[in-house]
Amino acid sequence: MLTVLRKLLDRLHPTFSEGGKLERLYPAYEAIDTFLYTPSDVTNTAAHVRDGMDLKRMMSIVVIALLPCFFMACHNTGYQANLAIAADAQPIETWREPVMSSLGLEHDPESFLSNFLYGFLFWMPIYLVTLAVGGTLEAIFSIVRGHEINEGFLVTSALFPLTLPPSTPLWQAGLGIAFGVVIGKEIFGGTGKNFLNPALTGRAFLYFAFPTYMSGVKRVPTPGTEELGVGVWTAADGVSGATPLGAMGTFKVQDATEGFLPSVQTLTDFSWWDCFVGYIPGSMGETSVIACLIGAAILIGMGIGSWKIMAGCFLGATAMSSLLVMFSSNPEYAITNLGPHWHWVIGSFAFGTVFMATDPVSASMTETGRWWYGGLVGVMTILIRSINPAFAEGVMLAILFGNVMAPLIDYFVIQANIKRRMARYAA
Amino acid sequence: MDHYLDIFLKSVFVENMALAYFLGMCTFLAVSKSVKTALGLGYAVVLVMFVTIPLNNLIYQHLLKKGALTWVNSSFATVDLEFLSLISFIGTIAAMVQILEMALDRFSPALYNELGIFLPLITVNCAILGGSLFMKERDYDFAESCVFGFGSGFGWALAIVALAGIREKLKYSDVPDGLRGLGITFMTVGLMSLAFMSFGGM
Repeated sequence: MLTVLRKLLDRLHPTFSEGGKLERLYPAYEAIDTFLYTPSDVTNTAAHVRDGMDLKRMMSIVVIALLPCFFMACHNTGYQANLAIAADAQPIETWREPVMSSLGLEHDPESFLSNFLYGFLFWMPIYLVTLAVGGTLEAIFSIVRGHEINEGFLVTSALFPLTLPPSTPLWQAGLGIAFGVVIGKEIFGGTGKNFLNPALTGRAFLYFAFPTYMSGVKRVPTPGTEELGVGVWTAADGVSGATPLGAMGTFKVQDATEGFLPSVQTLTDFSWWDCFVGYIPGSMGETSVIACLIGAAILIGMGIGSWKIMAGCFLGATAMSSLLVMFSSNPEYAITNLGPHWHWVIGSFAFGTVFMATDPVSASMTETGRWWYGGLVGVMTILIRSINPAFAEGVMLAILFGNVMAPLIDYFVIQANIKRRMARYAA
Repeated sequence: MDHYLDIFLKSVFVENMALAYFLGMCTFLAVSKSVKTALGLGYAVVLVMFVTIPLNNLIYQHLLKKGALTWVNSSFATVDLEFLSLISFIGTIAAMVQILEMALDRFSPALYNELGIFLPLITVNCAILGGSLFMKERDYDFAESCVFGFGSGFGWALAIVALAGIREKLKYSDVPDGLRGLGITFMTVGLMSLAFMSFGGM
């Protein structure tokens, strides 16, 4: 079977290579070929690096590291929706209901299968739209501009749906990934040549273009009716389901009962452990810290994600939130007084730190710079969360800010290095 | 204290002269090819804004504002010279830059040589005049305009240095022919301002 495939690819090779009939479609052929088999090309000039870890393997491993997040995305999305439906909310009337009933599944939050499948039915369409829209644009660019279609897009398209709320309209998902891929990446020449993380660029674009949908303030109207329907964060009718981060971020201290500041626990009924495991409303992939930690272990173990960036983020966020707790005398919002151990588990701090900030293309390239870059992202995350309730989710914007500053950080690290060496050899 | 910190953070991030108001674009785009020159220009802008905005504040509060001339004679209470503010601000800026240039040349030739052509250039930088006009619009007092002047200058400098860093990195990019040069720089600035929008709505 496999040899047949190889032979088929080999037979097609002349058609696509230079002078062949379908020469222009070579990137598409090359993508399929190298995705299935190790490429046989070798470097034929100097500077020959032998390493099993090429771009393709690297990107594939990121997707593998994301598997726990996929799993939790489906499971938790379904669980939150089923929980709301069990507590009297109406399910959104879509094609999902017939699918569920034809499989004989009730909306039962106790049933793992029902949760997982129902969540899957929300995640899958968004993922497919992302793949189709983004993949088509990527293919068009690579064919016209003659570069390879590579697995960088596979990672972008895997990350992007996970950052979206479960009831995001599909056209928004398509629009977001189109912006991310074209403006965030392709106009700079494709993977490795951009300066912002493409998935985050698309997400931020949606965030600013449709702020009321994306921050859960406004609800997505149910098609065909006048009334406001689906709450953004929970995929059930009429449930606003604020995220712990959103609830804390918009809770004004002056509204608190005398001398009693609410914690996440008292405000939203979620314990620290709930937030850590991920049984809270939120964007699909971001809720579970455990899933992100497994991903982090895989990335660090395989030498793909930089542990320095992750540690930098973690330290920056911890330091900044501790400082705020200690020194903010009269905060406006309750979140300013939230301890670091809560900041680690709410919102997409873990997800952003592990998968977004460590993107090797848009992060700092120098080793020292990675500490600074990570620290900057961590500090900015807490700053945005604490002082700007309009954008509760600070991580994503903090990482974009970090991406903008990363080349500058590298510049100063390199200059410092040059200066040190000059001083060393001056004598 | 909180109030001043607020003005500072706002002028650096939320109301960044370059990335939120897109002021001073000509120099911003032209002098951002290398970090080194961008740093030089950045210093100059911080310095000039820090000096001219408080200075213009004094002129506005004590000469131009309606009723400001009462210290000369109480019958001037109805005199309103606000229509002169645009021309006096730009005059102050031009004069200040000249004086600054001569002073630097005399006392700190190293910094003078470092800044080179940028000092006279920023006379016509609209971010500088914009800063003074915002100061007038928001009716800042002297201390506030010192903080605001430094913050706006710093924000603009931060933006141009970051852009220069990105442009140095983008040298290795493969930009489509039609977008090479200014085109991609405009796009880059747009994406940067997306990242700076994180503080919007504060």
